[in-house]
Amino acid sequence: MTETTATVERPTTSTTPTPRRQKRRSWGSLPTIPRRAAIVLGLLAVWQLYVMVSGVSPLLVASPADVGKAVLTGFTEGSLLTSTLTTLKILVTAMLIGILLAAVFTTLATWTKFGEDLLVLLTSMLNPLPSIAVLPLAILWFGLSTTALVVVIANAVIWPISINVSQGFRTANPTVVAVGRNIGLSGWRLVRDVLMPAALPHTISGLKTGWAFGWRTIIAAELVFGVAGSGGGLGYFINDARYFLRTPDVFAGLVTIMAIGIALDLAFSWLERRTVVKWGMKERS
Amino acid sequence: MTTKTMRRVTRAPSRQPPAAPTVHAGPILSVSHARLGYVVDGAPTVAVLDASFEVQQGEKIMLLGPSGCGKSTLLKAVAGFIEPFGGDLRVTGEPVTAPGPDRAVVFQEFDQLFPWRTVRDNLVYPQRVNGRSKAEAGIRADEYLRLMQLEQARDRYPHQLSGGMKQRVAIARALALDPALLLMDEPFGALDAQTRTRLQIELNDVAARTGVTILFVTHSIQEAVFVGHRVVVLSKPPSTVVDVVDVRGLDNPADPAFTEAMQRLRGLLSEDDAATEHASFE
Repeated sequence: MTETTATVERPTTSTTPTPRRQKRRSWGSLPTIPRRAAIVLGLLAVWQLYVMVSGVSPLLVASPADVGKAVLTGFTEGSLLTSTLTTLKILVTAMLIGILLAAVFTTLATWTKFGEDLLVLLTSMLNPLPSIAVLPLAILWFGLSTTALVVVIANAVIWPISINVSQGFRTANPTVVAVGRNIGLSGWRLVRDVLMPAALPHTISGLKTGWAFGWRTIIAAELVFGVAGSGGGLGYFINDARYFLRTPDVFAGLVTIMAIGIALDLAFSWLERRTVVKWGMKERS
Repeated sequence: MTTKTMRRVTRAPSRQPPAAPTVHAGPILSVSHARLGYVVDGAPTVAVLDASFEVQQGEKIMLLGPSGCGKSTLLKAVAGFIEPFGGDLRVTGEPVTAPGPDRAVVFQEFDQLFPWRTVRDNLVYPQRVNGRSKAEAGIRADEYLRLMQLEQARDRYPHQLSGGMKQRVAIARALALDPALLLMDEPFGALDAQTRTRLQIELNDVAARTGVTILFVTHSIQEAVFVGHRVVVLSKPPSTVVDVVDVRGLDNPADPAFTEAMQRLRGLLSEDDAATEHASFE
């Protein structure tokens, strides 16, 4: 097996530290890492076997070995790497803008009744709207540009983040806030040192949802969109590979998208373990 | 939390520094003709109709009364969380305007500690907010952790502690601020009987050692006699002060004087009960 396996399997491995005690063991008593690794290997073996035995056209289904090769060359020779970086760059830009706007909305919603009404109204209208649906309008306004993509993605991340953070502020434990005021905190210091940490579980889950929305939306937008500026992103990479019947590349694009998704989820769980789980504010998931 | 509470956030706290054990001529707390209550659906509901009493330096004053009599409301007003409808509240001669560390509060709720700070940081941080140096705050934190027998727990997070331990930390945190007046709002109300008794003994011990002045809300007659120097008995709402009973020195439940004091307090509470029942029959 090749790089493909490595990228897919690594995330599942680092989750649980496992105390071990050897003897005759059933499947359930095995530690998590070997259990999951075995499943991944098994699936890959079935896949490889299917490709070899069934005689399916390699233009329809690429073998895991070919996909591994495609990922490897894609990253060493650059086309897949460039596409990935393009996509991530747009995503990060859009998420930063989204977080900033979410912060503004949340502040308004926390301090004024008008802001709260506005946020509730906007979220209830825009959150159910699949963010990709805004793409045609964004293209009309900003042309076939990165700006259009950024606008669409920012719109996808603002609402879940705003909802969660403002909910976190509103549901912050009143006793702890009272203690904050009692020890002499007020204004910005009370927000920074009491409300923000108190709202952290909600903030993290808002970021998680926001990122997931953004990630799905950007891939979809790129598929529709084609080339953005100088080079295309991952969605474009997949679509382009399909057009030229480079099936292993199609799979390689999908594998990359999955791997990044898993990596970010792990990053968030790590963050949670280091903060809200450690503080007993959230159950270990 | 509601937006209402959020908006109050902007109010500045009083900037009295947590001075060394207050040397103040006159009463630490004076409550005169306080009228208190809360607003339900825009309609003000009076809980305390007219309450007057004073707390002297080093005293432990218990507020005892039937539920709904406004004893907690009174404490929250002294803490500066709610504004009285009328009357005058003064702490070391200054009128109460906002919450402040000179009136450190120990709440009943176990979740009053900052969950994201270790036990020791829960003691250090409030002192840092009030201008103590890191070194000094650390020394005092350790001192009060020792006083409340919490050295073992200093690096733990609040969620790893039992209810009794959490309340101990809350008391240590409040004491470390050197408050002129320590406010305790049924701090042992949610504990099991055994732990409650142990913490009552510890509190008596610590109060004797530090000489801290305490205003303590309770609905337990036993607790009022065991912990308090004097007991301010409130009637049913809208309440007034029925009597102030001296229970100083009574800390042995087997002592006949202890039982006598309990009976007297019970009498004062039920007298009031009978009166209201009578009133409702008219």
